[in-house]
Amino acid sequence: MSVQGWVQIVVFLAVLTAIVPLLGGYMARVYQGERIVLARVLGPAERGFYRLMRVDATHEQNWKQYARSVVIFSIASWLLLYLILRLQGSLPFNPSHFGAMPADVTFNTTTSFVTNTNWQFYAGETTLSNFSQMAGLAVQNFVSAAVGIAVVIAVIRGVSGRNLQTLGNFWHDLTRTLLYVLLPIAIIGSLVLVSQGVVQSLSGLQHYTTIEGVKQALTLGPVASQEVIKLLGTNGGGFFNVNSAMPFENANGFTNVIEMMLMLAIPASLTATYGRMVGSRRQGWFIYAAMGTMFIAAVAIVYGAEGHGSVAQHLAGIGGGNLEGKETRFGITDSSLFNAVSTVTSTGAVNAAMESFTGLGGSIPMADMMTGEVVFGGVGTGLASMLLFVILAVFIAGLMVGRTPEFLGKKIGAREVKLVMIGTLAVPFAILMAVAWSIASKYGLRSIFNGGPQGFSETLYAYTSQSQNNGSAFAGFTGFVQPNAPGNSGSFGFTFADLLGGGAMFFGRFVTIIPMLAVGGALAGRRLTPIGPGTMRTDSGTFVVLLIGVILLVALLTFVPALLLGPIVQSLSTQLF
Amino acid sequence: MRALRKELLASAIAIVVFTIVLGLAYPLFITGVSQVAFKNKAQGSQVTLNGRVIGSRLIAQDFQRPVIGRNGRPEVDRDGNPVLTPDVKYFQSRPSQSGYNPSATAFSNAGPNGADTNAAIRANAKAYLTLERRYDPSLTLSQVPPDAVQTSASGVDPDITLDNAHIQAHRIADVRGLSADQVNQLINDNTNGRGLGLFGEKTVNVLDLNLALDKETSQ
Repeated sequence: MSVQGWVQIVVFLAVLTAIVPLLGGYMARVYQGERIVLARVLGPAERGFYRLMRVDATHEQNWKQYARSVVIFSIASWLLLYLILRLQGSLPFNPSHFGAMPADVTFNTTTSFVTNTNWQFYAGETTLSNFSQMAGLAVQNFVSAAVGIAVVIAVIRGVSGRNLQTLGNFWHDLTRTLLYVLLPIAIIGSLVLVSQGVVQSLSGLQHYTTIEGVKQALTLGPVASQEVIKLLGTNGGGFFNVNSAMPFENANGFTNVIEMMLMLAIPASLTATYGRMVGSRRQGWFIYAAMGTMFIAAVAIVYGAEGHGSVAQHLAGIGGGNLEGKETRFGITDSSLFNAVSTVTSTGAVNAAMESFTGLGGSIPMADMMTGEVVFGGVGTGLASMLLFVILAVFIAGLMVGRTPEFLGKKIGAREVKLVMIGTLAVPFAILMAVAWSIASKYGLRSIFNGGPQGFSETLYAYTSQSQNNGSAFAGFTGFVQPNAPGNSGSFGFTFADLLGGGAMFFGRFVTIIPMLAVGGALAGRRLTPIGPGTMRTDSGTFVVLLIGVILLVALLTFVPALLLGPIVQSLSTQLF
Repeated sequence: MRALRKELLASAIAIVVFTIVLGLAYPLFITGVSQVAFKNKAQGSQVTLNGRVIGSRLIAQDFQRPVIGRNGRPEVDRDGNPVLTPDVKYFQSRPSQSGYNPSATAFSNAGPNGADTNAAIRANAKAYLTLERRYDPSLTLSQVPPDAVQTSASGVDPDITLDNAHIQAHRIADVRGLSADQVNQLINDNTNGRGLGLFGEKTVNVLDLNLALDKETSQ
């Protein structure tokens, strides 16, 4: 750890904190239908979309109708993406003539992108055509993010003091997110990245002979346009196999900081959107404070652990930080920060090899995911999950003092608490079941690359990441075997890992989104009770501490035994496996 | 039922329309602008020498050459791959697990407590010391910079650390008959600063530096 490194981290957080009220306030205006400058230009396009889709964007939906739109739109997305990937051999923009991936890998990949996970068993540059990347995957990078944001906006409407039983209109929220939030930032961001060396081209392989006479070929592609939305939408699926470590995706220290900011911009700013929409900016800031506190702790631990170096290098007599699987231009500081940002935000992009992180350094990304992706979290779903924990914390506080719990003036009843329990505990349960099954099954063991506790960590990471819709990986874990043959011929998938992972992603997405909307629906239109002396205020330092305590308690009780078997054993040991 | 059919229709139209706008119009527009405004960068920062493309300044290349056996042919190992040895007149890139291949990238996925990881680091450290000690006998194992013995993430990391460059500078000066000051000056000239003076690390671009060396020596 160095002073210079900490200065970077502090400046980064300061800039983020300055962005939060600006972008968050802008988004509040977008969703509340207030006048925004962009609407003057894009208004006709927005109204054109509604006409094409034949929807009435002013029609208010109750939570069931809203959830139905989310689910049906996701199914339509899934079908189209699956078709594109399976038919890529007959589609345009395929300079390397790639054929389709096997069906099981395609199932996993399609599910992965539709659920905003971006788990990747395939290696982009040797598997997918430019058409699949831009018209298939990148479209899902946009729309799956927009679905997540739409969901949290609906939930916020539910908990806010708006005197309606409904949650808004899905098509309105989806379209406005795409047109007024994601697309403008993506256009500016991708041109900034290209100006720094991130590639953007439709040319095929560029062949050349190196100084030493070796023949090499560069893979180009529409990378910058996809890179931006991959991060902005907390998706994380790289154009290249090594994701944002590839210089063509992330060229230098400047692009790296831009990319980190893109990941955090929307999840962090949504706290301010929430504050404005519930009529108390303080409420938003206190949630931001709880998230920020946990984030800083995570960064400090990863940074310290990686700076200390790995057991493997110390036993070889090499001092300094752990640079195995890290790029020189990012070094220890920016590799630690980027990957902490990426795992807390549910992005899953990496600029270093997570599998090569030290035991302790690698356990923090896992813990980030295990807390339910509430530290900023995925666009929309992160804040929505956090609101579930807020209700849980209010409920626990209510039990302690023996009063009916209330949140933003609304009494919390048994139904809401039950839904919150489903929303917070179903996914951890699914993770542990999937890990146990995979470890106990000979089909599951085929996916493991490293031996010993590291192999267990790979499996734990894989199902945690997929279930929590994160998408980062201890990348030794495989579900797709590609021989060195062109065009996917002879490749095959590990069906067990592909299907179990795909199932985990579906479960993780919809078994959180639907209870969230149901909670929003249950609280929508509920009568407000005035704040009394026994009310647990959610805009106070005490509450922030209570909230963090509840989150850690739920995560720790669920996952500590599993963490002990993998990363913690390794970080406590000075032994090689 | 009518409501359901309406939702199905809206979803199908929406995803097709969004695919056209976000999946074709947007990336093609960005490609068009990039190819005009940032032609070289958008095409992978390719570097030409005497009118021929010899690489990309963002992609590492291997500065090793085949070992020529007594029979005048390149030696091969048991797998039939040529045996390589560092080309002493050039700065060396970081070790790569993927043979510096920019069109099929992969992590090493070496675990932090892995016996294999440890063995690879030991072997790389031994090779580094064997190469550099001839020119700088005071070099010890504990001074070997981590970036010189641990593989990068991308396998095509174009940079090395300043520490690593300054150790290799002894060899370069000796082999090329340059003064230490001349080599250090070239290292300084080819050092990339941090982003906005703050973000990322100071690095030395190996291809830039080696091309600058060739230019300096040929004058």
